[in-house]
Amino acid sequence: MTALYGIFRHDLGLALRQGGDTGLVLAFFVLAVVLFPFGVGPEAEILARIAAGILWVAALLAALLSLDRLYQPDYEDGGLELIALAPLPLELAVLAKSAAHWVATGLPLVLLSPLLALFVDLDPHAIPTLVASLLLGTPFLSLVGSIAAALTLGARRQGVLLSLLVLPLYVPPLVFGAGAVEASALGAAARPDLLILGALTLAALPLAPWASAAALRQALE
Amino acid sequence: MSALDLPQPELNAPEPIAPDLVAEDLACRRGARVVFVGVSFRLPAGGALLLTGGNGSGKSSLLRLAAGLLAPAAGRLSWGERLVAADLAQHHARLHYVGHQDAVKPTMTPRETLTFWAALRGRRGAMAQAIENALAAFALDPVADWPCRWLSAGQRRRLALARLLVAPAALWLLDEPTSALDADGQERLERVIAAHRTNGGRVLLATHLPLAIDHAQTLVLDGFAPASDPALTLSALTL
Amino acid sequence: MINRFANPARFMRLSAAILPWCAAATVALLAIGLYLALVVAPPDYQQGEAVRIMYVHVPAAWLALSVYLFIAVASGVALVSRHPLAEIAARSAAPIGAGFTFICLVTGSLWGRPIWGTWWVWDARLTSVLVLFFLYLGYIALVNGFDDPARGAKAGSVLALVGVVNLPIIKFSVDWWNTLHQPASVLRLGAPTIALSMLVPLLVMAAAFWLLFATLLMVRMRTGLNERKALALRLNRMPVPSSVRAEPASPASESVASAGPALR
Repeated sequence: MTALYGIFRHDLGLALRQGGDTGLVLAFFVLAVVLFPFGVGPEAEILARIAAGILWVAALLAALLSLDRLYQPDYEDGGLELIALAPLPLELAVLAKSAAHWVATGLPLVLLSPLLALFVDLDPHAIPTLVASLLLGTPFLSLVGSIAAALTLGARRQGVLLSLLVLPLYVPPLVFGAGAVEASALGAAARPDLLILGALTLAALPLAPWASAAALRQALE
Repeated sequence: MSALDLPQPELNAPEPIAPDLVAEDLACRRGARVVFVGVSFRLPAGGALLLTGGNGSGKSSLLRLAAGLLAPAAGRLSWGERLVAADLAQHHARLHYVGHQDAVKPTMTPRETLTFWAALRGRRGAMAQAIENALAAFALDPVADWPCRWLSAGQRRRLALARLLVAPAALWLLDEPTSALDADGQERLERVIAAHRTNGGRVLLATHLPLAIDHAQTLVLDGFAPASDPALTLSALTL
Repeated sequence: MINRFANPARFMRLSAAILPWCAAATVALLAIGLYLALVVAPPDYQQGEAVRIMYVHVPAAWLALSVYLFIAVASGVALVSRHPLAEIAARSAAPIGAGFTFICLVTGSLWGRPIWGTWWVWDARLTSVLVLFFLYLGYIALVNGFDDPARGAKAGSVLALVGVVNLPIIKFSVDWWNTLHQPASVLRLGAPTIALSMLVPLLVMAAAFWLLFATLLMVRMRTGLNERKALALRLNRMPVPSSVRAEPASPASESVASAGPALR
């Protein structure tokens, strides 16, 4: 347990000390959302209709952007093999790293989302659902993203390859997350979508570290 | 100390009471390339084995194999009577591996780095003291609280080696440990290795440069490359 | 039984014998199937002649999914048993599966044009197939994305298993999304009620596609195995003096003692 917490604190400390990752993710989130009015026009009705989708797609892309920082630095400086050789099971180390990654990049997205909802004229009643959906969905993005990040370590075009691998897998949380927000905006019940989203994250919790650890061991051979 | 098996045998005892690291007929394959075949050695408690050989002869591969990061394509690696592959987690717990890279984060200080690795290796009590000893053994006290980005390459290497001292392990696997080290650093490493061996630890190290390690076996890997024998290379497909 | 055929050399011999027959059967069945589909089968009362695209579109969809499952099973076998034949089978099947997926998408688009007047429609099945196409592309990109082909093959195996677990989830979420957003009056891009006169051509085409897959797979696997052999021969040519060949422990290593250390 101490080792698990040690990795979590270590990674989180590194992220906070370097600071760049969180800032980058937030900046991208804001920019991506702000681009849409330029693309589709500033009319409130149009923006309100697609607001749920804009916010979720932008959050998804921002989360994607931060994924290659999950393992690449450790892989490059030799720390990853030391973690693999530690007494702690690699699956738990992955969980700790994913958790730290989420706190540094996913959680800020959740916290910033209400502000960005204003930019795209999202119905104010849907904002709590937006926060809830991102809170439930961004851990899934970190967990499944970690599989792709581990698989592409050492590949020639890691960034692009990572995106290609992970975007099909991001379709389910996008459908249910944006669906929940849209349902809320229309006055319908968001619970079914949110429950399914939560189920996805819960399912990913044991499975993703297992796949990520297998991929990491391959990278370290 | 810890639950790791770190026995205290007498060097003159007729039979070692601690397990040997035994390699029998190991073969290593990286992709389609057969790196070496037929490597055998026995490393007893208190022993040291030096790996030498040209570039590409497989020294690093053999070390990674010994660490359990890589599975052998043929042959067996055992700790005493038990196969290493049977319980990799336990094998990992009994060794320290220092590879080519230093695993040093630029924004952390040496003291923080060693604290992290000590906690990760399961060190419980007397952590602060162990870290101080490790820093002192490699003369890193003056820079112990500087961010690592200010350290020179040699100092980072010393920090990577200082990790060996923060938690006990029966087997040390060192890949070119003296690279970037000055004469003083090298001397300190030799002292640390000698102390480890006196306590019954084993060292397997790959090196180009001469190191003053007495009573060490030498394994030259150049002779283990597979000859240009079509049958041998084709069998590499099924290895 | 698997072990008997698992030897690469044996596979080469077997496939050399079977391949011509397989190819001939493929051509024959394709000819029969297309004749049945384009000439014999009746036009649909609602969709008219356009329904004939279904005879290519639906079997292509079946193959697209089946080949992905094949890749997943082969990957599982490769990860568990590390057998080179399983790895090569998975890798070789991927472009074929991607091809079937592409055919399915194109024929789906062509089918939709006369019915809805648009070149693309976000129908539940077409959308799922589109996502499947990206899963294929991702797999192919990953397997080919490393300088070391062995690493690519191993990474691909893990990805295939992750993908196959996600397939039902993706299908479910696309169906959910489709029912939420699709107005109820739109015709489903599905096969109309299957009469025997339509079922037979469909099954013949499906069988033809399966044989096509088997033929192409064998060709690709043979090529892959030959490439691997060539690579192994090239990489393992090392100029070592013949005196060393005699025993695995070379003269240079006699300083390694198995009993007691030697003085340096």
